[in-house]
Formats: sequence, structure tokens, C-alpha cells
Amino acid sequence: MIIIGAAVVTFLPRVLPLIVLSRIQLPEWGTRWLKYVPISVMAALVGQEIFMRDGELIPLQNNFELFAAFPTFVTALLTRSLLGTVVVGIISIMVLRLLF
Amino acid sequence: MQENFRIKRHEVEKSDESYFQGVKDCIPTLLGYLSIGFAAGVVGKTSGLSIAEITLLSLLVYAGSAQFIFAGMIAANGSATAIIFTIFFVNLRHLLLSAALSPYFRHLTPFKNILIGSLLTDETFGVAMNQTANKKSISEKWMHGLNITAYLNWIIANIAGAFFGQWIKDPHKLGLDFALPAMFIGLLVLLMVSRAKIAVDVVVAISAVVIVVGVTWLSSASVGVILATIMASSIGMVVEKWK
Repeated sequence: MIIIGAAVVTFLPRVLPLIVLSRIQLPEWGTRWLKYVPISVMAALVGQEIFMRDGELIPLQNNFELFAAFPTFVTALLTRSLLGTVVVGIISIMVLRLLF
Repeated sequence: MQENFRIKRHEVEKSDESYFQGVKDCIPTLLGYLSIGFAAGVVGKTSGLSIAEITLLSLLVYAGSAQFIFAGMIAANGSATAIIFTIFFVNLRHLLLSAALSPYFRHLTPFKNILIGSLLTDETFGVAMNQTANKKSISEKWMHGLNITAYLNWIIANIAGAFFGQWIKDPHKLGLDFALPAMFIGLLVLLMVSRAKIAVDVVVAISAVVIVVGVTWLSSASVGVILATIMASSIGMVVEKWK
């Protein structure tokens, strides 16, 4: 059931603009607001993954996720490759968890 | 002579827009689909989903970020509403991809646009946008070649990951759970460098992080993401106007 629900909410945003936007024009502020949604939602998810665990802030010295995020971020900036970024991220956190 | 040349050029254009050319243009992105799909399969399996459920997810949802969130929230006993809401917000970025592509598919019927849109991903969008330089429309067949190749590879990678996940005792040690934040960091950076408004984008991203940490601490994780998205996007809109 949840899978069907998830499928529906993934399907709609993919398809609706392709059908509708050739007919109706969004108000100008609507398109401007929409432009920032991908940035804010992804930043929010990263922030939650990196800083929080079970609704609490992760203590800084134990926060491997935060430390692993730096090389990941630098890789993304330098290589512009999604795959490279994910690989460096996983290797960084693996090494950190192995060492400490 | 000129006639001949014209025919040749016509043929080149044709082969440029064929289904098979779409398949070929997908190849550079395949490694990405295979590895992230594999990670999604492993994470799904180690979060307690069955191989059948993982296959169904990759078939019906077909979105890495959504599948990681699904697995993570199922493992954390998240409610159905929270899972569906979070996935909806994460996938709102597809609205923008789909909206950006819409001018290039005006020549197609709504039904054909549904077929194209339902298999749209960040990567196929990127490849398609690269194709649009000095073109008014994108070939339907070419787009299907691109989309379907990516889709099939994604499903195969998910199933392979799900099988492999059975043998992994401690996924935490392998760091595969970090595939999700790493992917978002990558998408975020790629998106920000591709647009001309880095300063506003950075303000939006930092606001989103601060808001999500605050709200998650006060309330819950899913409320945090939703509020942070709405507020940070509004901040971006206001800051942009103001400058």
C-alpha cells in the first residue's frame, strides 16, 4: 500500500508539468518559488542526515557523517560527477567507522 | 550534387533522433544507475524489505532518493503518511525538471507526454537538456531509448543489490547508508553550479539546514523537512526580489 502511495506521489510531479504547462501559465511568483524547492528540500535532507539522529543533535566529535560530508562535497565540486561523489562519500564514512 | 548533400544531411539528422541513438546516449550514465541502484537494493534489503518489495519499488517508484527514504523510514517505523509526504516533497524537484522539458515536447499528445514524463530522472533530464542546444524539440523515439535503457538498468541493479544484501551482516560498516546523503550533496552541488544564482542558492541551502535542525529538534523529522522546504524556498524568493 505504501509502495503504491509512493509511486503515485513520484508519478504526478514527473508528469503533470509536461501536460499542463503547455496550456496554463503559473503566476510569476509561483515559478520563482518553485525554483528554490529542489535546493531547499535537498539541503534540508542533507542537514537532517548529517546533524540529527533520533531527533537530537549528534555530538560534534562523534559525528562521522559530518566529517565524511567534507570530502564528498569537495568531490562533487571538483568532478561534477554524481557517481564519483557517492563513491567518495561511502569510502570516507567506511574508513572513518573502521578507524574509530 | 547539392541534392545529394541534402539527402545525406537528412539521414544524419534522422539517425541522431532514433531510438537506438537514445540508448547510446544513455551509456555514460549507466554506471551511475547501476551503482546507486545496487546500493538502494542493498539498503532496502538490510532495512527489512523483501526482494519482491524492492523489485516493486524499483518498477513503480523508480527514484533513488525516494527508495532510500522509503527504506530508511520503514526501518525507523515511520508512519505511512509521513513516508508518502516526505517522498512527495523530495520528488517535487521533478516538477521543475518536467516543467523545464515541457517546451521541447509540445508537439506530442498528453498521453505521449505521460509516457515520457513517467520515466524522467535527474540523469535522463541532464542528458536530454544537453541535446536541446539549438533545437526546438526533442525526438520522442530518442527520449524513449534514453528513458527505457536507464529504467531497465535501474531495475536490474536494484534486484542484484537486494540479492547481495542477504549476505551483508553489517551494512553500517560498509557505509552504504551514506549513499543517500552523498547523492543529495552531489545533486545539490550539480544543481547550484548549473544556475547563475549561487549566492541566493547558498542562502537558501543554509537556511534550510538551520530550519530543519531546529524544527526536527522541536518536533519531528518529517515536519522538519516539510517546514524547512517551504520556509527556505520563500526566503529564496524574497532575497532574490530584494537584491
